[in-house]
Amino acid sequence: MTAPTGKRAATAEDAISAILRLGVSASLLLIGTGSVLSFTRRGGYGSGAAEVARLAGPGGSFPRTLSWLLGGLGHLDGQAVIVAGLLLLIATPVMRVAVSLVVFARERDRVYLAITATVLALLLLSFALGRAG
Amino acid sequence: MTPLGFTLAVLGISYLAGLLGSLVGVGGGIIVVPALTLLMGVSIQKAIAASIVSVIATSSGAAASYVSQRITNMRLGMVLEVATVIGAITGAYLAAWISGRGLFLIFAAVLGYTAWSMVRPKGKPREPEPDGLADRLRLHGSFFDRSLGQEVSYRVSKTRLGLAVSYVAGVSSGLLGIGGGVLKVPVMNLAMGIPIKACTATSNFMIGVTAAASAAVYLMRGEVLPFVAAPVAVGVLLGAKTGASLMGGMRNNSIRLVFVAVLAVSAIQMLLKGLR
Repeated sequence: MTAPTGKRAATAEDAISAILRLGVSASLLLIGTGSVLSFTRRGGYGSGAAEVARLAGPGGSFPRTLSWLLGGLGHLDGQAVIVAGLLLLIATPVMRVAVSLVVFARERDRVYLAITATVLALLLLSFALGRAG
Repeated sequence: MTPLGFTLAVLGISYLAGLLGSLVGVGGGIIVVPALTLLMGVSIQKAIAASIVSVIATSSGAAASYVSQRITNMRLGMVLEVATVIGAITGAYLAAWISGRGLFLIFAAVLGYTAWSMVRPKGKPREPEPDGLADRLRLHGSFFDRSLGQEVSYRVSKTRLGLAVSYVAGVSSGLLGIGGGVLKVPVMNLAMGIPIKACTATSNFMIGVTAAASAAVYLMRGEVLPFVAAPVAVGVLLGAKTGASLMGGMRNNSIRLVFVAVLAVSAIQMLLKGLR
């Protein structure tokens, strides 16, 4: 790479690495906790083969509104905690791109600023597109 | 089967997929999707959605360590990511239009290709050709190769081909819930002239972002079922971590052959599902 001038490039790489590590660990913790809650708390997963068919079935879709998520998190609903973990996992690479954007902005690297901003915009667009589709 | 039995079975399968995948250098998605559909009876759309989320976890974990070791070519990653992300969104969209049988057939083809790519003779990287685009974008790179004990620097060529292949890899990632490294890495290595370690590191770096784009589409569409996605994400990541820690002397041919056999059997099974 372009023989980075010492410190700034070093911190950028360390920051990116730390964000990826933290994001993955925190989301996995949420997903694990949510699964345990789903099995142990009332209102979580039921029992029997019919319940598996319902939870994993081809027709299955889960409520995906923000109010469902926030309400579920409020009373520690297992599936809501899992969804929060999944969202954090998806957000982790997005945060990585956002950090790169800041780094290129500081370096006043216009070309890479534009490239990174495009990637970030596409990522945000993908949330909107899924909603519409 | 009870919900607990299902969760434990999926956790175990995903753990093995992550372990085997990391030992042979591919992501777990390529085995998780066949396992969920063929063994657990999950519909292929839901299996793909669960797999793509786990791809983010494994690739981000691996990318973190490559980035801190300075092996990743982050500029090249950012440039090719534009193509993989557009591809991923295309693929995730296409998936909604293609029937389950169609997805089985396409998946079978990619499985077959992956198996073949693991046994074919290795090609030789071409001499670097001048590439004005790579010069302008300052894509050429270097990294410290620990096993050689020296700095390795390289020049990047055929950036446009790289962009095209990255788009295709992105489409297959969004469509099939896999990382797509198996499509990108050979081209980056052989045609673009990038040393294999830098290819693997940079490909991993891109896969997190690629998978995030398609995972967002699947999630917002309501295809990511928490009940299925949770044990897959946890299992694949733990398996990949175990694999990485065993890496030392384990990368041998017998594991590769077992893996190729698993891929080939899955390819045939998925082909049959698609034709039935």
